[in-house]
Amino acid sequence: MYAFSYQRPRSLAEAAAALQAEDAKLLGGGQTLLPTLKQRLARPSDLIDLGAIPELKGIREAGGGLEIGAFTRHAEVAHSDLVHRVIPALASLAEGIGDRQVRNMGTLGGSIANADPSADYPAAVVALKGTVLTDRREIAGDEFFTGMFETALEPGEIVRAVRFAAPDKAAYAKFRNPASRYAIVGVFVARFGAEVRVAVTGAGGSVFRAGAFETALAADFRAEALNGLSVGTDGLNADLHASAEYRAHLVTVMAKRAVEAAG
Amino acid sequence: MPSTVTMTVNGKTVTREVEERTLLVTFLRETLGLTGTHVGCDTSQCGACVVHVDGRSVKSCTALALQADGAAVTTIEGLAAADGTLHPMQAAFREHHGLQCGFCTPGMVMSAVDLVRDNPSPTEQEIREGLEGNICRCTGYHNIVKAVMAGAEAMAGTESAKVAAE
Repeated sequence: MYAFSYQRPRSLAEAAAALQAEDAKLLGGGQTLLPTLKQRLARPSDLIDLGAIPELKGIREAGGGLEIGAFTRHAEVAHSDLVHRVIPALASLAEGIGDRQVRNMGTLGGSIANADPSADYPAAVVALKGTVLTDRREIAGDEFFTGMFETALEPGEIVRAVRFAAPDKAAYAKFRNPASRYAIVGVFVARFGAEVRVAVTGAGGSVFRAGAFETALAADFRAEALNGLSVGTDGLNADLHASAEYRAHLVTVMAKRAVEAAG
Repeated sequence: MPSTVTMTVNGKTVTREVEERTLLVTFLRETLGLTGTHVGCDTSQCGACVVHVDGRSVKSCTALALQADGAAVTTIEGLAAADGTLHPMQAAFREHHGLQCGFCTPGMVMSAVDLVRDNPSPTEQEIREGLEGNICRCTGYHNIVKAVMAGAEAMAGTESAKVAAE
């Protein structure tokens, strides 16, 4: 790692002030940022550790759904009785991120702000009508992820929490890379009354909704309703793990599994 | 510019000046001389560096020492009792030969203890999944899983003995 200055603010306002430093970067759990720094792929002047800010922590019921603080670790979401009761699919998604040690450190805010195309949480933010609450505004989940590692966050803006709507039924199915445990393809299916949302991560440059799947499932919420449907290969990722064709195939398979798991 | 870090390591409070970029594992091994925590891959894959921070298992190669400021850290050296009696999980690893070369063992034991705290009587499958963050290059998983099953039982026994004593 290159040398950097380290700060551990006690409030969101202090963090925002510290973030004014040139090339300052926020540190969540560090499970992506620290490996990046160790490989000298980034050279921040300052790391602003968000770990000591009470207003970024905790899980509470809000507006019929859940509001989860940005500095809530994946393990806390996975083990929360409240999450299990209100949105069990979200707890199960969190339980499938990385490995036990990564889940003990990694945070919700860190995951979505990094916007890795293969991260799990973006699928939940989009499928569960998420709203990203920052220190200056609210951003609709559908508008938050703008590209590969890119979000609607402005320079210096800090994710405070994420609000998720509670669906009638939901499940997340992921075909994971056995080494990294990132999603080669992950599909989050959520049903809200007559509306169905299908969010796909891992397959493209950024999370996206599968509109044709949503229409089919809104009419008939069964895996069979997806027979013959495909998201196509346009814009899908291709790498040594999976071709675009294979990823497109997996999107349908994972969507079917998610529908079955949602019951 | 160095920063001051204070944490409790194996029950003892330590305060040191560290360079900000110091990893927790480097702090434990090089500053404190606790070399039981190993560096295997240094890329958060292998789990040889697992320690507990406030009771949660973490990969100390992927945490800054400063992130553990104010925390209670337990390393493999802190698991046995003060009189040298092995922790039930350590004893089970010895009994069931849950190791081949032994390099991954400290991390395996620390992960296993954390796993059993969440799930006091794990099935074989749950152990295999629960240890997914730990790699044994000798591929000695079979006895490791047996050791964790026995260690979990022994830990439950210790707990019920404690309850009975109270």
